[in-house]
Amino acid sequence: MDGSSYALKRVRQSKYLYLIFLLPFLYYVIFHYAPMYGLLIAFQKYNIVKGISGSKWVGLANFKRFLADPYFWKLVRNTLLLSFYNLLWGFPAPIILALLMNELRRKNFKRFVQSVSYLPHFISTVVVCGMVVNFLSADGPINSLLQGLGFDTVQFLVRPEWFRTIYIASDIWQTMGWNSIIYTAAICSVDAELYDAALIDGAGRFGLVRHITLPAIMPTISIMLILALGKLMSIGFEKIILLYNGSIYETADVISTYVYRRGLLGSDFSYATAVGLFQSLVGFVLLATSNRITKRLGETGLW
Amino acid sequence: MVSEMAKRTKMRRSLPARAFDALNIVILLAIVLATVYPLYYIAIVSISDGTAVNRGEVKLLPVDVTFEAYATVLKNPDIWRAYGNTLLYTVVGTAINLIMTALCAYPLSRKDFYGRPLFTFFVALTMFLSGGMIPLYLVVQRLNLIDKMWAVVLPGAINTFNMIIMRTFFQQIPVSLHESAYIDGANDLQILRKIVIPLSKPIMATMTLFYAVQHWNSFFSALIYLNSKAKYPVQIMLRNIVVASEFADQQGDIGSVASGFHVVAQNYKYAVIMITVLPIIAVYPFLQKHFAKGVMIGAIKG
Repeated sequence: MDGSSYALKRVRQSKYLYLIFLLPFLYYVIFHYAPMYGLLIAFQKYNIVKGISGSKWVGLANFKRFLADPYFWKLVRNTLLLSFYNLLWGFPAPIILALLMNELRRKNFKRFVQSVSYLPHFISTVVVCGMVVNFLSADGPINSLLQGLGFDTVQFLVRPEWFRTIYIASDIWQTMGWNSIIYTAAICSVDAELYDAALIDGAGRFGLVRHITLPAIMPTISIMLILALGKLMSIGFEKIILLYNGSIYETADVISTYVYRRGLLGSDFSYATAVGLFQSLVGFVLLATSNRITKRLGETGLW
Repeated sequence: MVSEMAKRTKMRRSLPARAFDALNIVILLAIVLATVYPLYYIAIVSISDGTAVNRGEVKLLPVDVTFEAYATVLKNPDIWRAYGNTLLYTVVGTAINLIMTALCAYPLSRKDFYGRPLFTFFVALTMFLSGGMIPLYLVVQRLNLIDKMWAVVLPGAINTFNMIIMRTFFQQIPVSLHESAYIDGANDLQILRKIVIPLSKPIMATMTLFYAVQHWNSFFSALIYLNSKAKYPVQIMLRNIVVASEFADQQGDIGSVASGFHVVAQNYKYAVIMITVLPIIAVYPFLQKHFAKGVMIGAIKG
């Protein structure tokens, strides 16, 4: 049997599977691959009536315009600083939580702590931001507490220096428990015999954590870290859009919120797409670099 | 997981070890409290008298319990409509998600699907590359979906990560079941409907929860794709009432007051928050086990 009729036979055998796969295939083409094709408008002066084929090509002009914009450095700085601080405080939190929960002896209490800590993950971003702005408002509970203790009230929401703290604290509140699941799973798969051996060698409890639990979950930690570093440039904008206002753009405006304002509110599609593409490219470089560094340090990489 | 040896050592715990245990419990209780209290606070403010709230008297228990705020909220026809919209988007969206995810996962789970590696790559690539916000918006616009429910439910029809979890689950179904169904003259479509799906109830339940919560909580796609107020889901209403109005009074911004964000009483805002999170909190205790299990499957296999 020659190759082409073999292929034909295999195709015929799979014909119902192709039928089943048809809708998902179209879905990926329309909602994933068509937008990738749409990235071409970053190199155009896109005209919504003429479409991609009819619009004028401008090469790298949109990128040059962004790099020359005095606002460029502020956006990059805000994006990286917010992500970096978020990583610095937010990344260790679930690991510490998982380690602490693992030390609990009462299983029921452990399950209770776990169940409660996962809950905020299911609360919507809008509700979390609603709580944040109401708790921190001039007449909100935090300020009345400050007043009660004899301090001055703080206009948290309109002071740029408070934005990062608010963003990061609420992020940890929402994600710490849920993100600990993956570390808890990794801790559970550690071989109990290792602990026994270490106990015979006279290790204490901190010794067990340091010499057995931590090394055992290191591959998980390094993969999560690579992924987090890859996302440094693309910090989620949903929450920022809800929390920021003109008076704190100074620290709160990041690349993705800028894309949203310029592109969707300002209809400057080509420019915003170029900014978004720039962001993804830098993100990809960060991901590849951190992957290489972790592998050189002898840890598990993504590829 | 704790072995015999570890248990025996526990018997003769030293003083520092016991001190650590106590401290650990205190820390974790503090975390539990910090997680629950904000939600509890919202609940008690929403049923307290407005003046007591303004005087800052509501801290641990509701003061002068009244359901007036809820009565006001429920009298607002916009909120009912938004609630109805959210229900509609959640039900339709989740149904589409489940069908599309299963349709995608099943062929990719079959080793004899001709072209499987190519299609797997085609799908998996989208987890790393995307067109981004603006090109996707332009596609939705070109399809004439702006200001239609479909703009909210279709672009996220398949979550690729969830699809991979489901595919892994399908792969565990014994091949012999397929073979005997073939002998009985069934085709792949019938096998999917009558054998694979009924055998995959646990993963279907987990996926239903993931997708439904995601639709219930989603606000960004509604924000960018829907223009008419009659189509807003409850999260957008919540944003307008709770978040945007707060900024309006913070800055005494006359412009935004004029544009419809008027100063709203605290307990009213908190009542709106409550009716949005209540369904989630009500089902959470029964479902949280499934949620965590789903993540575990994904974490280990994905």
